[in-house]
Amino acid sequence: MIVDSPPEHRTVTPTAASPKRHAIRAAGLLVSLGILVLVALASIAIGAKELSLEQVWHGLFHDTGTYGDVVVGERLSRTVLGLLAGAALGLSGAVLQALTRNPLADPGLLGINAGASAAVVTAITFFGVTSVSGYVWFAFLGAAAVGALVWFLGGSRSATPVRLALAGTAISAALYGYLQAVMIMDNAALGKMRFWTVGSLASATDETIKQVLPFLLVGTVVALFLARPLNAVAMGDDTARALGANLNRTRALSMAAATVLCGAATAACGPIVFVGLMIPHVVRSFTGPDLRWILPYATILSPVLLLGADVLGRIVARPSEIQVGIVTAVLGGPVFIFLVRRRRTAQL
Amino acid sequence: MKDTNKPAVHPDRPAARKSTLRGRTVRTAGGLSVRLDPRTFTVVVLLVVAALFASVVLIGTGDFPIPAADVLKTLVGNGDAGQEFIVTELRLPRVLVGLLVGLSLGLGGALFQSVSRNPLGSPDVLGLAQGATAGALVVIVLTSGSATAVTGGALVGGLVTGLLIYLLAWKRGVHGYRLVLVGIGVNAIATAVNGYLITKADLVDAARAVNWMVGSLNGRDWEQVWPLLALCVVLVPLVLGNARGLRMMEMGDDVSYALGVRVERVRLLLMLAAVLLTAAATAAAGPVAFVALTAPQLARRLTGSPGPNLLPSAFMGATLLIVADWASQRAFGADQLPVGVVTGILGGVYLLWLLVTERRAGRI
Repeated sequence: MIVDSPPEHRTVTPTAASPKRHAIRAAGLLVSLGILVLVALASIAIGAKELSLEQVWHGLFHDTGTYGDVVVGERLSRTVLGLLAGAALGLSGAVLQALTRNPLADPGLLGINAGASAAVVTAITFFGVTSVSGYVWFAFLGAAAVGALVWFLGGSRSATPVRLALAGTAISAALYGYLQAVMIMDNAALGKMRFWTVGSLASATDETIKQVLPFLLVGTVVALFLARPLNAVAMGDDTARALGANLNRTRALSMAAATVLCGAATAACGPIVFVGLMIPHVVRSFTGPDLRWILPYATILSPVLLLGADVLGRIVARPSEIQVGIVTAVLGGPVFIFLVRRRRTAQL
Repeated sequence: MKDTNKPAVHPDRPAARKSTLRGRTVRTAGGLSVRLDPRTFTVVVLLVVAALFASVVLIGTGDFPIPAADVLKTLVGNGDAGQEFIVTELRLPRVLVGLLVGLSLGLGGALFQSVSRNPLGSPDVLGLAQGATAGALVVIVLTSGSATAVTGGALVGGLVTGLLIYLLAWKRGVHGYRLVLVGIGVNAIATAVNGYLITKADLVDAARAVNWMVGSLNGRDWEQVWPLLALCVVLVPLVLGNARGLRMMEMGDDVSYALGVRVERVRLLLMLAAVLLTAAATAAAGPVAFVALTAPQLARRLTGSPGPNLLPSAFMGATLLIVADWASQRAFGADQLPVGVVTGILGGVYLLWLLVTERRAGRI
């Protein structure tokens, strides 16, 4: 029987990887970058208002304030936010999966996004905070509180992916219950919050981007530099220590980076689930377990998913749109169930 | 591979191990025998008394308070006309709905936690509540339908979700962990669909939807009582009749097969019953948070006995819901704050405590 066994130690083959394989992976990274540029262009070109490519070009490079130019401007900030938030969610998912050695770790699934949301809603409703730069700190606080709880639970000897995911879901349920209680007590809050709590890029402005950008940049850089030490952590505590890794520092930095990334992303566009779960799995299938490749790939491919989902939401529900958080959940849920049903993951 | 197939009884809790041998065997002349555990029996009796007592107090609570003695007098048919109207037409049905909903949620939660072999594996965490909510929201948002239509929608939503989870978790049998994870996935999808429906609604419908999603006993009448009662009368004996098999299944599928339990059949039957109970309760009162999660856990701590503790959980659920409703009315005034908010807050705090203690006991 394969019930609830603890995660296998992921074997990191210390490949003296052939230069050829390196070249292929680096080329793959360039191809991914190309795909990202294409998706970003699609995100600017496609939307409720149909624009010709000429108009898009005009809006991007010769902005004269025509209606088309304004539309392009709005889509541009939306796309930039999508790029940033997508990268942040994917990276924090990959870091969390490596850190907790849990293939089902995802900031949304573990309740970290819900913690950030609950804190933001508290800030807006009870403390009258209105600017993103004001409530981003609350988002960090909420994300860190739930992150610490998950960390505490995950540190238990018998913690398994299943139990952690379940604990995260229960925590999310409690926090969403709190959100609902706030919304029924205050109709004005309901009017505003019902759009934010599903996770959406629609409200992106240059102001929002400027306010979360520093946090996202710092988080991304820290996370990318953690690839090497996290590789050691993935081999298990004893091996990592024997290899000379500073376990505590790595863990603290990883947790901080994951919290900052997903707190800032949630503050900017609301809770979005499954991006951080899906992309690292997809990436791992062709890079293998080396985080020095997984993390850069996740940084580039996660925005592809998020922007792609956003574009899809705009096409499917024309002339209105479906929020990106809903699209990722509806796409990601089946992927998650597929991962669960696959024998190998279930055994992890 | 540490901790695989950890026995239900934890080695550092000798009391729990000893308790499997507790109880007295009662034999009838016809050759039937039943094991009677005095502590469990006492707990059940006390919970029934507590539920009834709380119900009487709750009937007496409101804008027009009625002393408990008068409530009892009215219930047996000797009250004055005014009190009779308030009690039998307004408050009694509400309390009965509360009792039945609590009972169904407690029993459904105990069944799910036992099948998933996890204290957090309750139907509200595994997506059933969200699924029923999706059904109700479709009716509210897309058709602005009547209360009866909303009830129907929630019932259908809950049943479809339960079926979906079971089928997706099926792979040569349903394992506890797969059930849990598939439930989590379905829960995420249903939550997103609900969020979408709320953003689609106009503000009036959205307010109605969010109110429904919290779970409330306000304005429930005899129309909700009868179907729930009928369902409980059918399902509760059915579930209790299969409790033996369920108890053995907690030792693992292989052992239960060897002991002659038809595992998949019992599991399907009990899960179907649990889904029906939860869906019906959600349809009647909305997804009242955390009763299904906490009731079995509290019951288990009171009886101190391993196994699913079905009957104590059911009565614990009923007591919890009535007490929570009474607390919300006393603290915030009649019909100001729906009962779901109170159970949500209490349940959230309890959840935190549960996570910490379960971690310490090595079950998380």
